[in-house]
Order: sequence, then structure tokens, then C-alpha cells
Amino acid sequence: MFGLNQKDKSTLIVVAALTLLAPFILNPFPEGSALAQFNAGYPDLMQRFVIFGIFAIGFNILFGLTGYLSFGHAAFLGVGSYSAVWMFKLVGMNVLPAITLSVIVAGLFALLIGFVSLRRSGIYFSILTLAFAQMSFNLAYSVLTPITNGETGLQLTLNDPRVLGQSATADGSIPVTNLLPGLEMRSTYVLDAGPWLFQFNLGYYLCALLLLVAFYVSIRIFRSPFGMMLRAVKSNQQRMNYTGLNTRPYTLAAFVISGMYAGLAGGLMASMDPLAGAERMQWTASGEVVLMTILGGAGTLIGPVLGAGFIKYFENIFSKINDNVLHGWFAILPDGIEDFLVFVVHPFIGKGWHLTLGILFMLVVIYLPGGLVEGGQRIGKYFKRGSDDAQSNDASTKPAE
Amino acid sequence: MDAILLQILNGLDKGSAYALIALGLTLIFGTLGVVNFAHGALFMIGAFCAVTVQRIFNISFETIDPSQKDFLGNPLKVKTTYLEHWFGPEMGGSIIDWSVPLAILFAIPVMVAVGFIMERGLIKHFYKRPHADQILVTFGLAIVLQEIIKYFYGANPIPTGAPEVFRGSFDFGVLIGFDPNAIIYPYWRLVYFGFAALIISSVFAFLQFTTFGMVVRAGMADRETVGLLGININKRFTIMFGIAAAVAGLAGVMYAPINSPNYHMGMDFLVLSFVVVVVGGMGSLPGAVLAGFLLGVLESFASMNEIKSILPGIDQIIIYVVAIIILLTRPRGLMGRKGVMEE
Repeated sequence: MFGLNQKDKSTLIVVAALTLLAPFILNPFPEGSALAQFNAGYPDLMQRFVIFGIFAIGFNILFGLTGYLSFGHAAFLGVGSYSAVWMFKLVGMNVLPAITLSVIVAGLFALLIGFVSLRRSGIYFSILTLAFAQMSFNLAYSVLTPITNGETGLQLTLNDPRVLGQSATADGSIPVTNLLPGLEMRSTYVLDAGPWLFQFNLGYYLCALLLLVAFYVSIRIFRSPFGMMLRAVKSNQQRMNYTGLNTRPYTLAAFVISGMYAGLAGGLMASMDPLAGAERMQWTASGEVVLMTILGGAGTLIGPVLGAGFIKYFENIFSKINDNVLHGWFAILPDGIEDFLVFVVHPFIGKGWHLTLGILFMLVVIYLPGGLVEGGQRIGKYFKRGSDDAQSNDASTKPAE
Repeated sequence: MDAILLQILNGLDKGSAYALIALGLTLIFGTLGVVNFAHGALFMIGAFCAVTVQRIFNISFETIDPSQKDFLGNPLKVKTTYLEHWFGPEMGGSIIDWSVPLAILFAIPVMVAVGFIMERGLIKHFYKRPHADQILVTFGLAIVLQEIIKYFYGANPIPTGAPEVFRGSFDFGVLIGFDPNAIIYPYWRLVYFGFAALIISSVFAFLQFTTFGMVVRAGMADRETVGLLGININKRFTIMFGIAAAVAGLAGVMYAPINSPNYHMGMDFLVLSFVVVVVGGMGSLPGAVLAGFLLGVLESFASMNEIKSILPGIDQIIIYVVAIIILLTRPRGLMGRKGVMEE
């Protein structure tokens, strides 16, 4: 199917099942129960999962395959958001042209930055991309205010022309984004199954579909001769050059592709909520996608998606937990121990989520450079060894470099 | 002429901060070969050392003064700091007033200790890993350090004043024969520049004129040979890491009165100081210092109104533009050594 081998096909099917059935999977606990706070099956959050999933998949095509660590990818996301919002302002509220434009603009922007940055590699490349991203961020904040609306961020107003739509709806409010006329992005079908509430959001399913397309393209890139070439660049670029091969067109293509992915994510973000701010381009935002990719497993297919979902899910859950919730959890323990535990856990929850994330990230880089995927493989191997010792010893022998 | 001089002076204090951080970064890079993304966090911790000392000095107790009444007619509660109680109001008051310079004494051991713990506990394990891994783990560490500071000190900037005598400005122009009011310059910035010059020259003197410094320089040039001569170079490099941390920390302590410390000031400076290191040339100490001052001064020139009216927004991006041009035309940076970090 689709020119994939058996293993990739099953990976794609797993991802498809996870994304399409997400409203069920992420809502395992009945409404009103104590565990309902762990539910993540509402549209806003699910959209964030898949959008950042797309962003991380794109980043992984660059970093995972070529080993070029870009610290400026958020710039493409921001550019994508801005162009989508401009499309909503000038043309109309349909998301398809907006997303197309944001992919194209981000791709062109990536071509420009990549052309310059890829002249250097290693840490110099990281710093060049960082410099470009900070430059775009600073410009978006200051001089480019007519385009970006500075600190306030770019928003829709009632005075926008919207040549193919209307400036304002009949009741005088700003129109909302739609897929086709009448099909609004925010429209949600709520399935009421006893104590459970499952929400099916049109915007989410558009994002999920695009995630699947993006994931499929990334599988094809990973398995193609082009992907092979990128891997060769990662393992030894010098040797590639000695064989008389110019690697720059390949790395530049990877850079542009991953920039387009970021633009797609930015366009989708603006389609779900039509505003764009400069803070999306800040280098800490670029750091976030690096975190997602590494945490999930750079260079693997499914890793970035896992990492994005993991970070966004726990960001949401951890930020919601407060001391009262903790007291509730530890209520069965004696008072002294309960207070002590709450005191210990307190810095890591609520606003302290970033601390948890930082520690987790360091632990992953130190002990598990392959991320969650490698963790899963190790656990799998451990169980396998229990049943069949000799075979796994054989399998774990590494080929010589 | 006076306008140009004013911009040079304005650029010096920021340039000093860039130079000090970049010097520390280069020391770590040149000795241990580690790209330390947590160096900005060390700068921030230094600034919070100043905050901590100020808070410790202001610990006070309450006494009831029957001779004074508050507006309800009750005896007034008077807060007295312990320092004023112990040393008398005069002496105690001036100790509190001088809390930022005194924080230097507190910051040196703290920063050296932080540096040792960082090197021994974490960075030691990353010598053999690729630069990307070093960047990633120190980036994680920077997040952790910054969140810890945020947890204890809150997210808002904490004003930390300079001593009374150094507050305010003076007319620098008159001293060198310009019209009065042409060049007004705050005292503390001059102090900061002098302090930075002192630190930089002592680091260079330490490396140039002591046996320890000689061994370290030899190790930077050829680590293996120095090791073969029976010298424990790793131990010395660890000490250099501590010194680099202390340099960043001291830059932070003295910067506190210029810019109220907040938890993300490290990240803000980090990006710029990396750019400075690259412009100066990876692994070149004089290059880092030169580039620091150069970029600081350039930035302040770019923020002149005359230049902004020709090229709007240039002040926001000048440093990055310069860095990109330098990286593409002079890959080794201004004073980079051959063979250091070349692909």
C-alpha cells in the first residue's frame, strides 16, 4: 500500500489510528470523575498535539537525517502564521488558500536562510540559524510593525477587505475560519455516550489528516535515495565531499522541506485561531521543537510525533495540578508524610512545569540519546531477553562502522 | 565628535558584559572543548547573588518605639536591620548601601562552586559526545537553572541599587574639554567598565604570567602532549571551568544595578554572547574580548537617531548582521586560531 514496506505500513496505520481515534483515546475517564482532569480529548488541545506533531516531523527531517541542529525553526512557523492571517484579512476566511500560502512563503523563507546558513556546519550552523531567527523576531517586533502589528500581534478586524468573503457577518462580528462555505473550523460534533463526552472537531480532523499526509511524506523521504544521501551527510560529510559529491543541494532541500513543514504548522495554528504574534518566532520556541524531537527520538519516524504529544499533554496536565489536587492524592497517607510529599512535589507542578521539562530533557539527553523510542525498544528487548536469551544476544550485536 | 564619543561610551558597558561572558565561554570552549549553552544562566545566577546579598543585609527585626506614634495613636513598630543593630546605624547603613560591590565577595565562592559542580557532575560526561549533544544538555541545564531561580525569586525583575555615591550621572564632556552637558554619563557604567577591564586583564595576566596559566595554555594547544608529560590537565581544566563561571557570575553581580535581575536575563545575553564568540573566533580569548566591545559599541551606534532614520530597525539586528557577514566571509572569526572547530 502506498509503496511502503510491511513495517512502515504498520507504523502508518498505528499513527492513523492514534490520530483519528484521538477523541476516544484521549478521553478515557468519565466526565465528573476524579480522573477527568487527565482527559485531553478537547479540540483545542488535540489540535495543538497534531500541529506540533507536524512541526516536529519537519524538524526531524532536517535534524534527524542530516544532523544539522537548527535553533531557528520557529521563524518559519511564525512566518507561516503571519501569511495565513494576512490571507484571512485580504482574501477570505477559507483555510485552504491560507495554508497553501503559508507553506509557500515559509518554503521561500527557508530557501533564503538555508542558502546562507548551510555554508557552514556544526555549531556555526546552529548559531547562524539562531541569529537569523532572532533577527526575524526583532524585526517583527519593531520595524515590520505595519506587517506584523508588533507586540499586539496580527489580528482580524472588521475593516479587513476580504475580497472573496465578507468583512463582517450579518450580525456585525468578525467571520470565522472555514473549510468550505458553511463548514466552520470550530464546528464540533459532541457524542454523548453515557457519562463520556466525545468531541469531534472539524479543525482537529483537518489537522489530523494533514499530519497523516505529512507523516506519509516523511516515511517516503526516510526510505528514499534522497533520505539515504542525507543520512550519509550525517555520518560523514567529509567523505561525501571527497567522493566528489556536492552535498549542499541535498541539505538545502532538506532544510526547505522542514521549513515548509514548519510553515504548514504555522498556517494551521492560524487557521484554528486567527492571530499571529512575534513570540512564536522567539528562539525559545525553536528550542521547544528541539526538545520535542529529541525527547521522542531524533532520526526515528514516530519519535517526533510521540515527543510532541508527550510534551503538550504533560504541559497541559502538569500546569493544571495544584497543591489541593496533590493533597487529594496523598490523602491516604499520614498527615506529616502527606505535607512532606506535597512540599517536595510542589516546585515541579503548576508553573513549575518547565523545571520538570528541563530535568526530563537532561535525563533523556544523558541516558537515552535515542529518546522515548529507544526507551521503548530497550524495554521491549528486556522482555524478549527474558523469553529467548540467545536470540536477543545475536540481535544486539552492532555492525561495524 | 561629542556624539560619537557618547555612543562609544554608551556601548562600553554592554560591550563589557558581552566581553566578560564571551571570555568565559571561550575559556570553557578552548580548554574543555565544550559548547556551554548554560553560560548565560551563570551570568544570571551571578546577578541573583547580588539580590541575595541585598536581601540578607536587609533582614530585620521589629521593635516597638513608644516615643513615636503611628496614625492610629498606637506605638510605632520600627524595623531595624540586624546590621544597623550590630554596627550602629551609620556603619550598618553604609554596608547595606554597598551591598552590590560586597556581593562580589559572596559571588566568587558561590560561582566557583557552581562551576565545579556543573563540570564534575554533568559536563565531564560529555567530552566525548558530539557538540550537538553538549548544546542540548547544557540548554536543558539552562532551563533548569532558570526555573529554579524563578521558583525562589519570582518572575518579576528585582531592583538592586548601586551604592549611593555611584548613583546619578556626571558630566564626562567637561573633563576632556567639551561643552557642558554634551556627554552625560552615569557613574555606575564607568565603574562597570573599569571592573570589566580589571577582570579581563587579571584573567589574561593569570594565564600569561603564572605557571598554572602556562600549563593551561599548553593544554589548550595540545592536550595530549601535556598529559603525556605527567600533568593532570583535567584537574586544571576543571579549575578553569570554575574561573570561567566566576567571571560570568561577577559580570552578572555588577550588572544588577544597570538592569534589574530577572530570571530570563541569562537567555537574553546567551544568544548575543554566542554571536560575540563566533565573531571573535572560536577559542580565541583576545578575539572574544575585542568582539564583545566592538559589537557593544556598534550596537550603540546603530541606535543613534541619525542612523535609524536611514536604516530603520538596524539597531535591533546589527549584531546578527555583522555575525552573519563575518561567519560567511571570515569563517575563523576576527582572531580565530587555525584548526579550532573547523569542519
